[in-house]
Amino acid sequence: MWDNLLILVNAPVFNVQLLLNGLSVGAVFALAAYGLALVWGVTSVKNLAQGDFVMMGGYLGYELSRHGVHPIAAIVPVALLMFAYGWLIYKLIIRRVIQLDLFTSLLATFGLAITMQQVLNLVFGPDVRTLKSGFGRFELFDGMVDITQIRVIAFGLCIVLAVAMVLFLRNSRMGQAIRATAQDPRAARVLGVNTDLVYALTFSINSAICGVAGVIIAMIWVIQPFYGIAYSVRAFVIVTAAGLGNFPAVILTSLGLGVIEQYSGFILGAQFQQATVVGLLLVILMWRQTLLRRHRLALQ
Amino acid sequence: MQQHFQGSTMARALVLGAAIGVATLAGTPSSARAEDTITLGSAISITGKYSQEGKNASDGYNFAVKAINDKGGVKIGGKTYKLAVKYYDDESTPSRTAQLLERIINQDGIKYILGPYGSGPTKAAAPVTEKYKIPMVESEGASRSLFTQGYRYMFAALSTSDQYLSPLIDLAAELAEKNGKKPGDLKIAMAFENDPFSLDVRAGVVETAKKYNMKIVVDDKMPRDLSDISATLTKIKALKPDVILFSGHTKGATTATRQMKEMGINAPIIGVTHCESAKLTSQFGAAAEGLLCPTQWAETLKYKDDVFGTAMDYNKAFLAAHSEYKNVPYQVAQGSAAVEIWADAFRRAQSLDPEKLRDALAATDMQTFYGNIKFSPEGNNIAKPMVLRQIQGGQYVVVAPTKYAADPVVYPRKAPQ
Repeated sequence: MWDNLLILVNAPVFNVQLLLNGLSVGAVFALAAYGLALVWGVTSVKNLAQGDFVMMGGYLGYELSRHGVHPIAAIVPVALLMFAYGWLIYKLIIRRVIQLDLFTSLLATFGLAITMQQVLNLVFGPDVRTLKSGFGRFELFDGMVDITQIRVIAFGLCIVLAVAMVLFLRNSRMGQAIRATAQDPRAARVLGVNTDLVYALTFSINSAICGVAGVIIAMIWVIQPFYGIAYSVRAFVIVTAAGLGNFPAVILTSLGLGVIEQYSGFILGAQFQQATVVGLLLVILMWRQTLLRRHRLALQ
Repeated sequence: MQQHFQGSTMARALVLGAAIGVATLAGTPSSARAEDTITLGSAISITGKYSQEGKNASDGYNFAVKAINDKGGVKIGGKTYKLAVKYYDDESTPSRTAQLLERIINQDGIKYILGPYGSGPTKAAAPVTEKYKIPMVESEGASRSLFTQGYRYMFAALSTSDQYLSPLIDLAAELAEKNGKKPGDLKIAMAFENDPFSLDVRAGVVETAKKYNMKIVVDDKMPRDLSDISATLTKIKALKPDVILFSGHTKGATTATRQMKEMGINAPIIGVTHCESAKLTSQFGAAAEGLLCPTQWAETLKYKDDVFGTAMDYNKAFLAAHSEYKNVPYQVAQGSAAVEIWADAFRRAQSLDPEKLRDALAATDMQTFYGNIKFSPEGNNIAKPMVLRQIQGGQYVVVAPTKYAADPVVYPRKAPQ
């Protein structure tokens, strides 16, 4: 462990490598987390199938690329297909559990997760798949640091998407309706907002975002029908740590998480990468609890 | 979660029933001329998650049984016996394997066992055969832990999982000495998935590296759901090791190959397990060139025996008989080897007594098309090294052990462009 720390001190250039990798990893997490925060905030459904939507997007991209579509070009049709799929799932399942208690919606989305995994497994088989983007890599500092162009593109895409979402929510009429529904669905309904449409749209947007994340993940890592859970867990960690309804915080937390994972993997070893993240979440939650208690005491 | 599609109980019962029916049919010669047939018993995965591998193993068993019978069977005390195998479906569940073995031994009165598929079912089978003092030759359970229990009646044809990457360390030492370097100066960087199999592989590497006094500079364990190893690779990049090793099933092989290419990482020797199942050559082309991949058996090896001839002869004969296979998985070959080991033991023991057969098995010292067979007191095969193949020009070429190798190893590995 100390040896590894010494490397970073003696050859600071590797810090750049870790930062670059961490930011690009974090940007991908940001997409899934962003969608989760949106659905959670607006419909209060905690979508346990989040990671499986990501995998499904990846597989749609894989299927399109097998028919000669370049993975980057596949992003748009995948987003549209996933949007339609999200709409369907909303009409079939989510709409029925939205008013019910937390446990019902958890069970429903958990069941959805299992079904999606198994269907993907039946259709595409359990093999690990990847998508070839065909891009090269950038070398910096005489080849000491390098980053693949596809990661840079992925990072750019994630940021563009995130900014577009923020602008959409802030400025558009529909964005206002979504925010109003998130604040108080009943009041929104009284004031003429079609909340059912808002819910459907939110869920479908989330599904589309996950689809995009899936294609990007297939280009920089691998996809497999049962690997969705890793992205679900990460998305939940990020949203819990960042707090609901705070979208810039979700993005910052994702990027920070990506970087922390890289550092802990480098210094402590890959086996501690996720443990560090979960440990950190625990610390944040405890810290927040203490703050709340202090606040309460002050009020009393 | 991967087991959800094993089918309903009803379907299972049907399949099991059919399997028993088929098994009984296969066993009919024994009722016709019972005195002339030796029936071996096996509980193997016909349904469930190991059904494909179970089919490979039983195809290997059947192919060898037929070949040995075609050559006149086994002669014991002037009398000729044919071989037959009675199968039951263990549904890829270890507890079922144990139940079925009780049935094979108690109800069917079979005294000679062929192993199930996989380390789990084999672990469940061994205590049963041990209890009834019935010898078992297994060829599909590689876990090291099978051979630390002091089992007397279990013999394994294959190399244990701790030997998957350790020959690579031997090879590295050999090549270092040839190039005027001390093996003790070599630096090893490795990452293994955090599961029993991969940790077995790791244990073998650590032990061998210690023997040469090599330094392990990176020793990471990858969680199962980790799909990004760039942190580990950054470390590897900083430390410039002489040997890089990865073992993490298909995902580990895919991720490692892709990210090494992306980060421009190379070393004189790079070893990866599960190259073939990860389809590295077709997925990554040039980036997979020069990687060293371990396997239990390859058809280009120069092993041979009287039943099948050379490894290549076996390969041809099996493919001719089984058009559904494109190549011969090593699970098939080691299944056939297990039957050959049984036939050899019968010949040497000149008896049908399980105890005498156990002693004969323990004294086995033979060459088969699959490799040399000689058992340690613990029952694992110590005469057959793992085979290392290197990806050269998109093909898997055997490069070690050097004595049986078809081609020289490309060393040091060239960085892919």
